[in-house]
Amino acid sequence: MTIAVRTLDDGAWISVNDSRQVSVSDVWTLSRGVFCDCEPAYVLLEAFVDVSVDGSIVFADAVGQCLECGTRDPIDRLPVGRVVDGEFRPYDPEGVQWRVEPESERASRE
Amino acid sequence: MPSDVEQWKDELYGTDIRDEIERFAEEGWESIPEDERDAWFERFKWFGLYHQRAGQESYFMMRIGPPGGVLEPGQFRRIVEIADEFSRGPAENPEFGNGWIDVTTRQAIQLHWIRLEDVPEIYERLEDAGLSTVQACGDSWRNIVGCPVAGKDKHEHVDAGALANELHDTYKQNEAHSNLPRKWKVSVTGCDEGCGQGDINDLAFEPAEKEIDVSGEAGGSSDESDGGETVTGYNVRVGGGLSRNEPRFARNIDVFATPEQAVEVAGGLSALFRDHGDREDRYNARIKFLVDEWGPEKVRETLQEEYVDFELETAGEDLRESYSYNAGEADGKHDHVGVHEQVDGNYYVGLNVLVGRIGIDDAYELADAAEEYGSGEVRLTQRQNIIFTDVAEENLDDLRAEPVLEEYSPDPHPFQRGSIACTGTEFCSLSIVETKNRQVRFARWLKANVDLPDGVEDFHIHLSGCTASCAQPQIADVSLRGMKTRKNGEPVEALDIGLGGGLGEEPQFASWVTERVPADEVPGAIANLLENFADARESESQSFREFVAERDDEELAELVEPEETSYEDPYMHNTKRTWYPYAEDDELDSSPAPARADGTPIASDD
Ligand code: HEM
Ligand code: SF4
Ligand SMILES: [Zn+2]
Repeated sequence: MTIAVRTLDDGAWISVNDSRQVSVSDVWTLSRGVFCDCEPAYVLLEAFVDVSVDGSIVFADAVGQCLECGTRDPIDRLPVGRVVDGEFRPYDPEGVQWRVEPESERASRE
Repeated sequence: MPSDVEQWKDELYGTDIRDEIERFAEEGWESIPEDERDAWFERFKWFGLYHQRAGQESYFMMRIGPPGGVLEPGQFRRIVEIADEFSRGPAENPEFGNGWIDVTTRQAIQLHWIRLEDVPEIYERLEDAGLSTVQACGDSWRNIVGCPVAGKDKHEHVDAGALANELHDTYKQNEAHSNLPRKWKVSVTGCDEGCGQGDINDLAFEPAEKEIDVSGEAGGSSDESDGGETVTGYNVRVGGGLSRNEPRFARNIDVFATPEQAVEVAGGLSALFRDHGDREDRYNARIKFLVDEWGPEKVRETLQEEYVDFELETAGEDLRESYSYNAGEADGKHDHVGVHEQVDGNYYVGLNVLVGRIGIDDAYELADAAEEYGSGEVRLTQRQNIIFTDVAEENLDDLRAEPVLEEYSPDPHPFQRGSIACTGTEFCSLSIVETKNRQVRFARWLKANVDLPDGVEDFHIHLSGCTASCAQPQIADVSLRGMKTRKNGEPVEALDIGLGGGLGEEPQFASWVTERVPADEVPGAIANLLENFADARESESQSFREFVAERDDEELAELVEPEETSYEDPYMHNTKRTWYPYAEDDELDSSPAPARADGTPIASDD
C-alpha cells in the first residue's frame, strides 16, 4: 500500500497516513558522530523540513541542536519509524539512532 | 512541486470552508474522514480554528481577531460568556483553573478546548455581537494590529483605527486576497509611540507627513504652504517577522501613502505577495524572504509597475525618533498600562494581565467594571494587556477600588508588567517547554526576591516556547526561548537567554548570549544578572538595553550566572510528552481525547 507522509503545522509534525505521528521538539539520541563530536549526541529536533519513505522506513529531514556542544545543523534522513502491516511504529527518540545509514547501504538501495 | 497545503488550498479554501465546518459539526468529530484530517485541519485555520496538539485530539483552539484590538461595548462580555459555556477542558490548570480567555500579542483572543460540534453556535453568537474568527489563522490576512488607543490618544497623528478598519473591511473575506503563500500580518501605527509594532510585521504603515503636489488627490488633514500641501499619512515598510531563527525588521520601501492610497498600497503588496511569494517551500514563503531576495527597491518597482495605478510618493518624514513602545528605556512605561487622559477629557485605564490570561470569573467582573465606569469598550494590546476606555474622571477612584483591579492592576509590579508568555506545551504542538504557568511563577518569585536597580522602572521578560517567537522574545530586555538540556544525566526543560532587544527608532534583536539553561536556574540567572548590571552600569540613568549594547556576548554571558534558588519548577519533566502538563495522570496514554461533544472518550481503533 502507499504511505502518505508529510510535514504539518510549520514543521511541528510528521504525519503518516493523515495521523500526526512524530512530533518536533523531542530529544533524539544519535550515534556515529556525524552530527557533532559528542558520542552519543543528544539532539533536540527544532523543525522537520521534509519527510520521505524508503521501503517501509520513514525518514525525516530536520534541523537539530546538540544539547552538549550546541552544534546546530540540518540532519538528513533521520529514520523516525517504520510501517509494519500498514501501521506506523515510531522509533523511540531515546533509543540510540544512527544519524545516517552507512553510505554503502544507502547506495545499494537506490 | 507545490506543497500539500497548496494543493488543499487549491481544492477548497476561503469562505467556502464555513459550510464544511457546519457539516462536520452537525455530524460530529468522527465524521471527518481519517485520511482527510490533515487537509481539513489546515483549512479550518482560515476560520480561526486550530486543532490542538497530540493527546488533545478533537479539541480546538479558536482565535477571535478584532482589528486594532478594539472590542466594542458588549463584545468583551460576549466572548466571556462563550468561554464560560464552551471553553472548558477535561482537567484544571493549577494557576488558572478551568475556563479563561487569552489575550495575545497580536491583539486577539484565544479560547481553548473548543469542540467542533459547538462551533456553529459559537460563530452565531460571535456574529450576533459583530465579532468574527475569519482569517485569524491560516495563509491570509491575519488580524490587523495597531495602536490600541487609536481615536482616544493624545499622541495620535493620524487615525490608525480608521485605516485598520478599512483594511479589515476591504481585504478580509476578499476572494482575491484569501489564499496567500503564507500568513500576512499587517500593522497600522498612528501615534508617535510606535505601539503598532510595525517593525515586526509583514506590512507596516507608520505615521508620516509629506509635502505633496496640491493637484494630487491627497487625503488626510493638510496644511497649505508654498510648494504644495503637507499631508499626514503613512510610510510603508515590508518584510518584518520574528520566526524561525530568522528575525527581520520590516524594511523601508520608500513609499509615502495618504490614508486613501494606503488601502490601495496594502492591496497591491498583498497581491504582489500572492503572486511572487514562494509556494513551493513553506519555510521560505513569508514575504520577509522575498524582500531579502529582491531588496526593497525591487519591491517598490514591482508594486509601482504591476500593482498600483497611481504614481507612488517617496517616503515622508516619520516619527520614529520618538518611538518608545517596547523600546527598552529604563523609565519607559509606554505600554498603555495605568491611567491616561484621552483627547476628550475622559481617561483610558490600562490593566495588566499577567501572561495575557484572564479566568472566567475575573473576566465577568472586568466586563462589569468596564460597563459601569467606562463605555464598556475593552481594547487589547500587543503586551497582552487590556484597556478600558472612556472612563470619566469622577469614576476613576471607584474603578480603582474594584477588587478585581488588585490582580489586574493599573499599577503592577515591574516584573508582572514586563512579563509576556506564549501558549507553550499546554496546547501548542511546536512548543518545547511549558510557558505560561512558568512565567507566572517566575514573576512571583522575582517580585518577592529581587530588587530592580535604581531608576529601572520597567523591565521586560518575554518567554516563547519555541523559535516561532509568538511572545516576541527578541524585543525584550531578557528573552527566553524554550530548549532542552541534560541535568544530572536527565533531559530537562531549559531556556535560551537573550539580552538587550527592543524596538524604538533603531530596533535591535536580543542577542542569545547563554543557551540551554535548566528552567529552574533561570530566575537565579535573572537575579544575578540584575545584580551584576546594578554594580557595573555607568550611571543610574543607563538602561539595561544600553548596558547590553556596550558589551560583547562573551562579557554578557559571564554576567548571567544561572543557579538554583528557592524557586521551584514543577515542569522540569518533558511536558511535551504529556496529554496535559498539569493533569494528575499526565501520560499521553491516559488522555481522554479524542472525545465526543459530551466529553465521552472515543476509543481509538489501534
Ligand atoms: C495553539 C497555539 C499556537 C500555535 C500552534 C501557533 C503557531 C504559530 C506558528 C507556527 C508561528 C510561526 C509562523 C511562522 O513560521 O512564520 C507563530 C507565530 C506567531 N504567533 Fe503563534 N501559535 C499559537 C499561539 C499563539 C499565541 C497564544 C500567540 C500570542 C500570545 C501567538 C502569536 C504569534 C505571533 C506574534 C507570531 C509571530 C512571529 C513572527 O513575527 O513571525 N501565537 N505561531
Ligand atoms: S512560540 Fe512556539 S511554542 Fe509558543 S505559541 Fe508560538 S509556536 Fe507555540
Ligand atoms: Zn555535540
